Amino acid sequence: MTDLTRLTLADARDGLRAKRFTATELTKAHIAAIEKARALNAYLVETPELALAAAADSDARLARGEGRPLEGLPLGIKDLYCTKGVPTTAASRILEGFVPHYESTVSGQLWRDGAVMLGKLNLDEFAMGSSNETSAFGPVVSPWRRKGDDAKIVPGGSSGGSAAAVAAHLCLGATATDTGGSIRQPAAFTGTVGIKPTYGRCSRWGIVAFASSLDQAGPIARDVRDAAIMLRSMAGFDPKDSTSVDLPVPDYEKSVGASVKGKKIGIPREYRLDGMSQEIEALWRQGVEWLKDAGAEIVDISLPHTKHALPAYYIVAPAEASSNLARYDGVRYGLRKQGRDIVGMYENTRAAGFGAEVRRRIMIGAYVLSAGYYDAYYVRAQKIRTLIKRDFEIAFQAGVDAILTPATPSPAFAIGEKGSADPVEMYLNDVFTVTVNMAGLPGIVAPGGLASDGLPLGLQLIGRPFEEETLFSLASAIEKAAPAIELPQPWWA
Amino acid sequence: MSVDQGTVRRIAHLARVAVGDDEVGHLQGELNAILSFVEALGAVNVEGVEPMTSVAPMKLRMRTDAVTDGFIADDVVANAPEREDHFFVVPKVVE
Repeated sequence: MTDLTRLTLADARDGLRAKRFTATELTKAHIAAIEKARALNAYLVETPELALAAAADSDARLARGEGRPLEGLPLGIKDLYCTKGVPTTAASRILEGFVPHYESTVSGQLWRDGAVMLGKLNLDEFAMGSSNETSAFGPVVSPWRRKGDDAKIVPGGSSGGSAAAVAAHLCLGATATDTGGSIRQPAAFTGTVGIKPTYGRCSRWGIVAFASSLDQAGPIARDVRDAAIMLRSMAGFDPKDSTSVDLPVPDYEKSVGASVKGKKIGIPREYRLDGMSQEIEALWRQGVEWLKDAGAEIVDISLPHTKHALPAYYIVAPAEASSNLARYDGVRYGLRKQGRDIVGMYENTRAAGFGAEVRRRIMIGAYVLSAGYYDAYYVRAQKIRTLIKRDFEIAFQAGVDAILTPATPSPAFAIGEKGSADPVEMYLNDVFTVTVNMAGLPGIVAPGGLASDGLPLGLQLIGRPFEEETLFSLASAIEKAAPAIELPQPWWA
Repeated sequence: MSVDQGTVRRIAHLARVAVGDDEVGHLQGELNAILSFVEALGAVNVEGVEPMTSVAPMKLRMRTDAVTDGFIADDVVANAPEREDHFFVVPKVVE
């Protein structure tokens, strides 16, 4: 039999329906691949028994001809999603030992549709990071390597485990989350496809909160079609999330391969950064040509407040994080360290439980929300956010259907190479993705090709609110035109 | 704007994070790096601009004022590091 882990999610789905193999065989192939790939540190928790039990149930349903949309398809779940009866850590010591008694809405919808859980995927601690190096359980190693060099490369972050597992064929697709670029940057770094849907499209209920006004769930998959299939199951109205939007969920797969003739694509001049690498510029120009060839119309646009997005994000996101993470106090769950009194207990618990990056961000958050600084920092940042959103609205009102930009300012870097002296160096990874979260828009990243060092590069498309279908069509046009990326051979196995 | 070491200690206390004497110095450096990164925002003209309160134009939904769940006290306290029956146990707060 061919290696079942090499299939796309769509092919595996069709193969199961045609009874070419069983869900149990498909699941066993993935469990074996995961066991051989522990050097990548992509999975924090493996759940093979649960997976095999779910696969057996799927096989019974498939035999009866009662397969659901994702019946028998093995997936990985970012360890930020609460999973009933399965440890959930957010890659933090402070949640070590935490076993939720409930299931997040989005993962619950995947199980409702028949998917099989392989385990929980590593991430940056509380999703704060761009390289997966802030995980309390060690960094994830990307399956990619530079040409002629075996230095360990980061898979990006915060959804680094998700991206690495998908690229290394350790699952057919994975859930991820995106607060400032945490789905799209790791997708770009690993040659995979990731979409952050419009704010409100997926329920946030049961996902460990980082910055609630920016957080959004989405999939990372090996191609555009697979991402579309996953998003259909993940999206939808949830009364338990007050920001969830009550709109019907389209069959996104139908948009894959649809014509993009006449679509108006904006090219924002402010995304051309000083000192931007030639390679990134060339890829961006190439993306323009690909969309032109597919019949799209290209227009230059201006998003004048772009450069303020990243600094404003580093006020808004830490402020919300400091408030959300106040719940980790050693009382209700996770770690507790004793102190001389209750405040001492809080302080010792949080000092021992949070890593350096999380501590930095909650301190910045506490500072910008504190008396005397609230207006100067927080309120000002929220005003700038209004301006950033207005930039996009003006472009969309002028008839632009989507905006094409690079996904990241560089290809992936080696573990330990960035951000050790100055945290801001790491933050700059999100310069092209963070505007999308600030404005609540959907954004998709698809691979565009390889950099000269042999590592993947991605292109980003930003869409109008709730027009993910347009993004899937455009991303599939890019996918069709771009050189096929050979995912790495398994050097780790 | 930059913070001094006293401010670093004050913020750490506000955030309820114990900070050792040996950590204050480099925390000060890191926090100041972030604060200087966001400093340029002070020059943006935001006159007459409303601060964003909701990224999507939506009204916060109200749910029916009704009991929708309950009787899950076992689940609620299940993960507590210290508990007695259905109570969370904390160090003595009131003398």
